[in-house]
Amino acid sequence: MRNSIRIGAVAAASALVLAACGSAPEEETSAESTTDATTEAAESIDFKACMVSDAGGFDDASFNESAYNGLVRAGDELGVEIAQAESTAESDYGPNLEAQVAAGCDLIITVGFLLGDATAEAAANNPDVNFAIVDFGYDEPIENVKPMFFETDEAAFLAGYAAAGASQTGTLGTFGGVNIPTVSIFMDGFLAGANKYNEDMGGSVSVLGWDGSDGSFTGDFDDQTKGQNTTQGFLDQGADIVMPVAGPVGLGAASAVQSAGDAWLVGVDSDWTESAPEYADIILTSVLKNISNAVFDTIDQAAGDGFTNEPYVGTLENEGVGIAEFPEGVVPEEVTAELETLREGIIAGEIEPSTAG
Amino acid sequence: MSDSTAPRPGDDDAGNDKAASDTTAGGAAADGAAVETQTPKPEGTGGPTSPADTEGAPRSQSVLRQILESSTLVVVMAVVAALLIAGILICFADEDVRAAAGYFFSQPGDTFSAIGDALGGAYSAIFQGAVVNFQANDFVGFIKPFTQTLTMATPLLFAGLGLGIGFRAGLFNIGAQGQLLIGATLGAYIGFAFHLPFPIHLLLAVVGAALGGAVWGFIPGFLKARTGAHEVIVTIMLNYIALYLVAYLLTREAFQREGSNNPISPIVDESAQYPLLLGDNFNLHWGFVLALGGAWFAWWLMERSTLGFELRAVGANSHAARTAGMNVSKAYILVMVIAGAFAGLAGSAQVLGTEKVLTTATAGSIGFDAITVALLGRSRPLGTVFAAILFGGLRAAGPTLQVQAGLPVDIVLVIQALIVLFIAAPPLIRSMFRLPAPTHEKEVAA
Repeated sequence: MRNSIRIGAVAAASALVLAACGSAPEEETSAESTTDATTEAAESIDFKACMVSDAGGFDDASFNESAYNGLVRAGDELGVEIAQAESTAESDYGPNLEAQVAAGCDLIITVGFLLGDATAEAAANNPDVNFAIVDFGYDEPIENVKPMFFETDEAAFLAGYAAAGASQTGTLGTFGGVNIPTVSIFMDGFLAGANKYNEDMGGSVSVLGWDGSDGSFTGDFDDQTKGQNTTQGFLDQGADIVMPVAGPVGLGAASAVQSAGDAWLVGVDSDWTESAPEYADIILTSVLKNISNAVFDTIDQAAGDGFTNEPYVGTLENEGVGIAEFPEGVVPEEVTAELETLREGIIAGEIEPSTAG
Repeated sequence: MSDSTAPRPGDDDAGNDKAASDTTAGGAAADGAAVETQTPKPEGTGGPTSPADTEGAPRSQSVLRQILESSTLVVVMAVVAALLIAGILICFADEDVRAAAGYFFSQPGDTFSAIGDALGGAYSAIFQGAVVNFQANDFVGFIKPFTQTLTMATPLLFAGLGLGIGFRAGLFNIGAQGQLLIGATLGAYIGFAFHLPFPIHLLLAVVGAALGGAVWGFIPGFLKARTGAHEVIVTIMLNYIALYLVAYLLTREAFQREGSNNPISPIVDESAQYPLLLGDNFNLHWGFVLALGGAWFAWWLMERSTLGFELRAVGANSHAARTAGMNVSKAYILVMVIAGAFAGLAGSAQVLGTEKVLTTATAGSIGFDAITVALLGRSRPLGTVFAAILFGGLRAAGPTLQVQAGLPVDIVLVIQALIVLFIAAPPLIRSMFRLPAPTHEKEVAA
């Protein structure tokens, strides 16, 4: 409503400028008005996708941000109308969802398990509106909620295997932000991968910071100093490859690794050679969790073919998770060759990519 | 908060507290003398700018008192000034305004119409999100924003009342956050672990929440009374302890849902939830009524009871209160216990009212916002009620501000911060709006 008024205002404004032919900003504004026109044309889809963050906000350099990027991309490429609401506290979840329902959203995507209850409640109260939730699944499927989760251990397994092969000291390290399933699943896969390497190649690589049920956690997703200290601790104990699973805290780990030299970092969530280019020279690989693509696909599907409440599970097979390219000459060739076999094994279900199995 | 800034080495009084309370006059006189010899130091360095210094009250206390004594008009103008400055920020944050300003000199009209649009959109979104929604089709939708404001105000009101009592007794309690969390933990645990019939279960959970907060408030009060440990430092540290304690508890099975490892507690039983005040269409629950009752109690306590008189006297001048035969140590402990209980009730408004679950994010920033609420309400119960409703309104407007006006929610936080800034500097507001300087109303405030 407000948006359409505003688009109208911009259109009127650009018309005014066009009428006043020859003024300096004309080019700029006429370009703008054409983009407006195309968006408006695309908006004939008449679909509004909305998103509610958890208390971390959309600038958390972690899953809220990835999800938001997917939403923005959907707005640009599919021409759907988008709206977002950032939560600053837990008590914002319900009201944010209500406000988006009231604003006429067709699909509302919530981010994180903390919104699980609020989403279920909003879905029950508004059977006509569809919902999707990132990183959370319900015991009982709900008719108008699509859960989206990711088997990140599959990708972390490959990263752990590769890291074990690349390590000079035979010691790896990993730590998390908080011990919650979406974090520990990375660490679990990483450990399982290193163990698999030991089994296959007869190595004796050890992993610091995770023993399969407990390990090193910094306690939050904000404090980079803690990431730096934890990583320094690992390096002092002989580790030369570290995987921080703690959002922006990982940047602290990167700076510790960089100043130590002769050590590597495994990024998580996105490809860190792109998201943290200042550390590109120390990134061994990144464990990719393509929340952004999953959100985009979900919106695409809901706006096009129609919404289903079938869970989205990101796996190696559908490339919802994966690992980034290695820098040249760091990971031995027999290891990279073996990774392909492992990938196929995981996809076929022959290899269990966690320590539990 | 003041007298502990001057260290009391040895502190006979604290050591023999029981004896001191019996023979107050002698002990207090000795103590007063001991402190007297130290006061020149802060006065000498503190500078004569603060008028309260001439009264002999230590400097840090005078700042707090200046804030508390600012007139209602100054408070109102501070809110107005904050909203105006926020308007400027809204213009900067708005894309259309930025775009139009790019060619300001060829088409100044565009910029102004874009500014008008942005401001109109923002202020109307705040109004529609916090007061009434005049676009709604039915009465429920029309009045819902205001009930949402009251719901959001409930925990702020509880915590603000407790803090206000502390401020008037001269204790700068920063620990509402931790007290709230511990209260919420205990309240939630009673709520989901026990299964009892309705009124008893709720009552037990509410009492549990108050008790949890009271225990967490007792610690700094006791340490201050016995050892002179500064309550600001102790309460801040206890906030951390509370947060990590809750984070730890939520990793235990007893606090998690069956079959899940996520750090989120089970939903509290319906029998332990505050019943909804206006039916299913609104989130407003009986916790708000309880908070209003709490405001009345705080008023009665501070204005009508002997204990309240003592607390105010301690806040005005603890040395004088001691000399007059009041037990200052007891007052400190009692104030912190009461403030903690109120903060615990704020936690109950979260876990038994709106959220119904316990997580590490249950406290949000309520404990800190409540400090602002108490200062804005000048530590008086009635003022705190209005301040809590104002802040509840700003919080309730967050969703509409984002979804309707497309503005970042941070604007709301900036408005809150600006209000605090202006409240803390009454002379700034007076010069901005050319208000007359007040005649000093110190005696009235004490």
